Amino acid sequence: MDKTINQKAWFLVLPVFLVVAFSAVLPLMTVVNYSMQDTFGNNQFFWNGVGWFKELLDPSTDLGGRFLASLGRNLFFSAVILAIEVPLGIVVALSMPREGWSVAACLVILALPLLIPWNVVGTIWQIFGRPDIGLLGYVLNHLGFNYNYVANDVDAWVTVIVMDVWHWTSLVALLCYAGLKSIPDAYYQAAQIDGASRWAVFKAIQLPKMNRVLLIAVLLRFMDSFMIYTEPFVVTGGGPGNSTTFVSIELVKIALGQFDLGKAAALSLAYNLIILIVCWVFYTVMTNAGSERPVKEGAA
Amino acid sequence: MDSIAWMAWTWPTAIFFVLLACTLGMMTWLAIAYPEAERVGVLRIPTTRGDRLFVSLVLAAVIHLVWIGLVGTDPIFALPIGEGVEISSLWLGTVISLLSAVVIFRTV
Repeated sequence: MDKTINQKAWFLVLPVFLVVAFSAVLPLMTVVNYSMQDTFGNNQFFWNGVGWFKELLDPSTDLGGRFLASLGRNLFFSAVILAIEVPLGIVVALSMPREGWSVAACLVILALPLLIPWNVVGTIWQIFGRPDIGLLGYVLNHLGFNYNYVANDVDAWVTVIVMDVWHWTSLVALLCYAGLKSIPDAYYQAAQIDGASRWAVFKAIQLPKMNRVLLIAVLLRFMDSFMIYTEPFVVTGGGPGNSTTFVSIELVKIALGQFDLGKAAALSLAYNLIILIVCWVFYTVMTNAGSERPVKEGAA
Repeated sequence: MDSIAWMAWTWPTAIFFVLLACTLGMMTWLAIAYPEAERVGVLRIPTTRGDRLFVSLVLAAVIHLVWIGLVGTDPIFALPIGEGVEISSLWLGTVISLLSAVVIFRTV
């Protein structure tokens, strides 16, 4: 029997298509266009071919050096915050209560940092860490630590990392908690009958059951930290020197500070490509992680 | 054309996007005319034609960037047109991209 095919519903997508074309596709095409040209302002453009990309990928040039350095800093930052936030989030989720009034209290407290806008988080930590009027900076300096995030690279890094952990560990914890809640009691009862240790329960039941949400958490945290701009910009402004200048901060400096549209366009395309690839890999792994299991079970 | 002059379009980028649009149009027509099922290739993930096109395009971008970074864009020969049109070695990267796209479409 032939199925009735009606494609008229596609017309309902038309408004969204137009909005996306206007707000995303055309601007992206403009970026590609600018990456091949140079401008000295006044809306006059000169053809530069792949010149900016050559500079971008050559560490000996100013643009290439800045891009590769900020990319390295950004990847290091993402690695550090993932290494802290994921285990910490799991620990927090495991130690949260399972029932009673304290569940709601915990959830609200955990959700609070997530609701604060990025620039406010930046401002909070900017003031919190100041040696003269900030609680953290003042106390640390009076305890004998020479802490000053404006002057010392390591202090700036520690501040930015602690700030990100403070802001986003809750997200990992909440995701893990949701994963833990979905484990049926029968698993724990079976473990109890087998006399499984706490560690064995974690390794054999809780961690495997959490792997989907953990994958989502890692993806979200990686993308967010790889694209981070506001918080370090507010706290350190990319300094001291260039030590906390991440790719997006460098990009804004080039595009808006120096008004080098061609260089900035080339940089943003390379940046975009990295994000696109990482997204695709995570998405593919995520959508296929679950589908493999039934096949294996069916074969066994 | 004056109304879009501020966008500073150039022929090479325009041709690039027209080719891209033609590719997408062709894929849409193919999807309607010859519907296909997902299949599992060497990456052991189910892919459709669209997925394979996406992977090919992303890989082409990576190949071009790596080529610019490692090999450069020095001219390899000049076409005997007028005063001689120089052909950049980057076109070799383009050829490699096209070959890899063929491989991806056949095996992934």
